[in-house]
Amino acid sequence: MLRYAARRALAAVPLLAAISFLAFLLNQLAPIEPAVAVLHAQGVPQATEELIAAKRTELGLDRPLPIRYAEWLLSALKLDFGQSYVTGQPVLALLCPALLHTLQLAAVSFAVIVLLSIGLGVFCALREGTRLDQGTRAAAFFLTALPPYLLAAGLVWLLSVKLDLLPTSGLGGPASFVLPAAVLAAGYAGVYFRVIRSSMIAGRHDDSILYGRACGLPERTLTLRMLVQSLRLTVPIFAMAVPILLGSTVVVENVFAWPGLGTMSVKAILSRDYPVIQAFVLLLASAFVLFNAAADIVGAMLDPRLRKEL
Amino acid sequence: MKRLQRLLSDRLAAASLAVLAAILAAGALAPWIAPHPPDEVDMALRYAPWSLDYPLGNDQLGRCVLSRVLHGIRPSVLYVLAAVLASAGFGTAVGMAAGLLRGRTDALLMRLCDVMLSFPGYVMTLAVIGVLGTGLANILLAFILMKWAWFARVARTAVQRHADAGYVLFARTLGAGRLTLLRRHLLPACLPELAVLASGSFGTTLLQVSGLSFLGLGIQAPHAEWGMMLSEARQAMFSRPEQLLAPGFMIVLTVSAVNFLSDALQTALDPQAGGPRQAAAVPGEPEAAAAAMLRKEAV
Repeated sequence: MLRYAARRALAAVPLLAAISFLAFLLNQLAPIEPAVAVLHAQGVPQATEELIAAKRTELGLDRPLPIRYAEWLLSALKLDFGQSYVTGQPVLALLCPALLHTLQLAAVSFAVIVLLSIGLGVFCALREGTRLDQGTRAAAFFLTALPPYLLAAGLVWLLSVKLDLLPTSGLGGPASFVLPAAVLAAGYAGVYFRVIRSSMIAGRHDDSILYGRACGLPERTLTLRMLVQSLRLTVPIFAMAVPILLGSTVVVENVFAWPGLGTMSVKAILSRDYPVIQAFVLLLASAFVLFNAAADIVGAMLDPRLRKEL
Repeated sequence: MKRLQRLLSDRLAAASLAVLAAILAAGALAPWIAPHPPDEVDMALRYAPWSLDYPLGNDQLGRCVLSRVLHGIRPSVLYVLAAVLASAGFGTAVGMAAGLLRGRTDALLMRLCDVMLSFPGYVMTLAVIGVLGTGLANILLAFILMKWAWFARVARTAVQRHADAGYVLFARTLGAGRLTLLRRHLLPACLPELAVLASGSFGTTLLQVSGLSFLGLGIQAPHAEWGMMLSEARQAMFSRPEQLLAPGFMIVLTVSAVNFLSDALQTALDPQAGGPRQAAAVPGEPEAAAAAMLRKEAV
């Protein structure tokens, strides 16, 4: 098991290297030269040849690519992502509060997703084929086809404007988490609950459950056992939901004016603030790779059959 | 053909297919069937309710909502479909090449896929838009760049599984060349899985593209696109919430039809499905389901 974990973790290293190189290249592939972009972002009306050349030297853009990559990577490892082209602040100063806010939102949504999908999954699996089961599944199906921003608009209109129960946007007290977390969780819970439901149903026809029932175990113990079985299969899928959530809060954050990574990245894109975009891509892609490795390792811990790989 | 019959015998699937065909046809014929030009401004008709002349009413600039919805089909659905097909085609070609040639080519292509797949969807899209600038074409390009790797992985796994099957070995013994093998045996064998993946990712791509347009990163005004229509309607949401209805309904209808079809495809093509395997796409990452599928197959 330890060997598997070590090998799986090692396999992530070249991926991380490739990702960092791609994130670095983003800057180089841009159709607008970085020096020009900086001048634009700082509001210089006319970018003359001399200004561009001076900016290029200032930013160190006149040196060869591999050297710049090595320097960029070394400082990125020290969490120094350079300075924002727009405000001149260090990127880290922008990134940290945004990451914190997004993490808070993602954590709340994740808890809602897990509770909802396990609750609904068990509820529906025990009532397989009844009206309640079909109704819940139809509602979940509808929710996954509903664009999150439309759901957000509808909820804001109903709960914040008509009933005046919750704030419409921004980060404030606990009440401000309700709507963004609900919108984020709605689509995902609709899918993950189906996973729990179908693996519960598959487990129900398992011989071990049949045997338990024949031995006279109470139904509640059997249900619990089925749940544990199906969680064993679904934990890796849930683990991957964390980085997916972090990366897909973009729309919800912008709708609710949430001061997180999504709002930050869209703002950076619209003003071509490349260092911020680079840091955002590097951070989330690394999180994705690390969580993927962690999900595989946890999956292998729970299910020894998966250890043969690698 | 048998598979198609099985698919159409599912009434819901047949209905979804009909709805999608109608939407696609309406999009292709939009300039001829729309009652008004989509960008004809008439401030006298600002927020006018529905009438015989303007069946769905008018928007904040007095433009015909029905015409805008019809013209919006092209960027919202047709172009997205084209992008999904392009990435499916490219990915399949790469995956089949990797599966057939094996060896070093295979290893190289699959490592490349791993790198592509380690970028979460939204982040990759935002990165590409960040570099190339906003616009629908760049969003679609980002999706093609990102999604081909999933198709490549699935195609490669399918080719490898079938390449050693008896009927393929038999054909090879008879002297069939690689291209004949591909065309006659391997492509048809991979098609079901690719179709399921393509339909699943079509649904999520529709939602994501409209979401990015909603944020103002996609198509620019005055062109009509559903996500952008919703974003415009949101500005007046508190006084005119009914403006959200038409484009919102169209998105939900299209995505539901695609999701139903994807579900039905999966059941029709794989009658023994039903294990702990995700049918519909995970919103945002339909491919997470494919990844789980692949992981299980590798065992």
